[in-house]
Amino acid sequence: MINTNNILETIHMIDEEDLDIRTITMGISLLDCADKDIDVACAKIKKKIMTLAKDLVKVGDDISKEYGIPIINKRISVTPISLLQSVSGGNCVKYALALDECAKALNVNFIGGYSALVQKGMTKGEKELIESIPEALKLTEHVCASVNVGSTRAGINMDAVELMGRIVHQAAEITKDQNCMGACKLVVFCNAVEDNPFMAGAFHGISEPEVVINVGVSGPGVVRSALAKAGKDKSMDELAEIIKKTAFKITRMGQLVGNLASERLNVPFGIVDLSLAPTPAIGDSVAYILEEMGLEQCGGPGTTACLAMLNDAVKKGGVMASSSIGGLSGAFIPVSEDAGMIAACKSQALKLEKLEAMTAVCSVGLDMIVVPGDTTPSTISGIIADEAAIGMVNSKTTAVRIIPAIGHDGEEELEFGGLLGSGPIMPISKVKCDVMIKRKGRIPAPLQSLKN
Amino acid sequence: MRAIISVVGKDRPGILAFVAKECADRNANIVEVSQTVLSEMFTMIMVCEVANEGFADFIDLLEQKGQQQGLSIHVMHEDIFNAMHKI
Repeated sequence: MINTNNILETIHMIDEEDLDIRTITMGISLLDCADKDIDVACAKIKKKIMTLAKDLVKVGDDISKEYGIPIINKRISVTPISLLQSVSGGNCVKYALALDECAKALNVNFIGGYSALVQKGMTKGEKELIESIPEALKLTEHVCASVNVGSTRAGINMDAVELMGRIVHQAAEITKDQNCMGACKLVVFCNAVEDNPFMAGAFHGISEPEVVINVGVSGPGVVRSALAKAGKDKSMDELAEIIKKTAFKITRMGQLVGNLASERLNVPFGIVDLSLAPTPAIGDSVAYILEEMGLEQCGGPGTTACLAMLNDAVKKGGVMASSSIGGLSGAFIPVSEDAGMIAACKSQALKLEKLEAMTAVCSVGLDMIVVPGDTTPSTISGIIADEAAIGMVNSKTTAVRIIPAIGHDGEEELEFGGLLGSGPIMPISKVKCDVMIKRKGRIPAPLQSLKN
Repeated sequence: MRAIISVVGKDRPGILAFVAKECADRNANIVEVSQTVLSEMFTMIMVCEVANEGFADFIDLLEQKGQQQGLSIHVMHEDIFNAMHKI
């Protein structure tokens, strides 16, 4: 029989420490839906998604029930829509509306893939898609957009960086009466991964199969609790060992659920993305893990080192547990979704500059950060360029999901609700970078040797 | 399939009998039982064979009946524990 303590440990993790499967994401290729006529393409998209994903939510709920594991979200990611737009032309927002319709009918909470990969340059269709993002996000509820503006191999496309500064600004402006929600559903990437199941940055890459199931597991609460039990006198390497073991267990659960979902939906299993993704729930916070390691508050000296260790140990545990770890795997630090980060920002312990440093060692980037409404598009572009440079040079994924609080002067925070939480408005440097951003062009790809 | 039933609650006579009867009524065959009382808290882990069909209802019923008795009952598929705790 399985050890009683192990059984109780699992139950405790789920009941008390918010262990869950964050998402089962079905990736669907839409390449065969491309058509010269945009309306025909939209009809093909609807038919394909509605057929392939018709049982997704039901299967997720069934597994959740039978195995006693909460499965929070069921989601869909699709081929970057810019590829279809390049074929059809026309009003790109039609694609967003078609995707939103599918999401509503299937009862999935997000559908990702209103995306373009423009790290080297933009085609006409890609430019049209990017320019339509603000309107698409305003008119839809469940569609998520992402744009990849740089990579280690291609460098950074500064034309796209300049454009995205304006697009992020517009997405917030056009949804200012909905707490600037548009910008919450838009991610700007460097080195975007093709099999990420987490939103808002999920899309189904062109090297992926026809249809695939990817699973995102989470569990900051479990890791924090394991570290708390370890006490204050353990060395850092001993803590790393504890994190690895915990990550192993969490990942095994993800692997099990992924295999089950794949079997029941008759869709091949892709990857488990083991990301410590916080939620606004008390205790389900990455900042608290860092504080448990011995920081007075997240954001102070030592934060980057603790985060680096956490990120690495999580990956090591995950890799041992599953032969197909992928996606972003690591630790997320979305400010508005993490109670500890919010507290640290409010007490001024955590500043934007420190967050930027932290993104050099964690799995994504500046995520869910609310900045003042008077932040200019070129400042946003500057932040995107900085973040993309960190990703490009370090051969890792970085991202920016930043929300200018337009129309909310004098308020202290923006409330998004649900998993997106609420973000304190963070002060930002007023030093201008307009001239640099207007230069556009490209930042050449970095040298991959002589690394210092 | 095998299910693992965990029962936690304040100790009193008849808890084991109550859970066992519910299992018997649903034709679930009890394979193993491990039980302790720690500072007046009754903790029991039971492994039983149940049919695949109607498993979701079995979970609901047991958890609900447990609640009425002031017991915290979890019914989960055995595989989840095997996956998490065995290499």
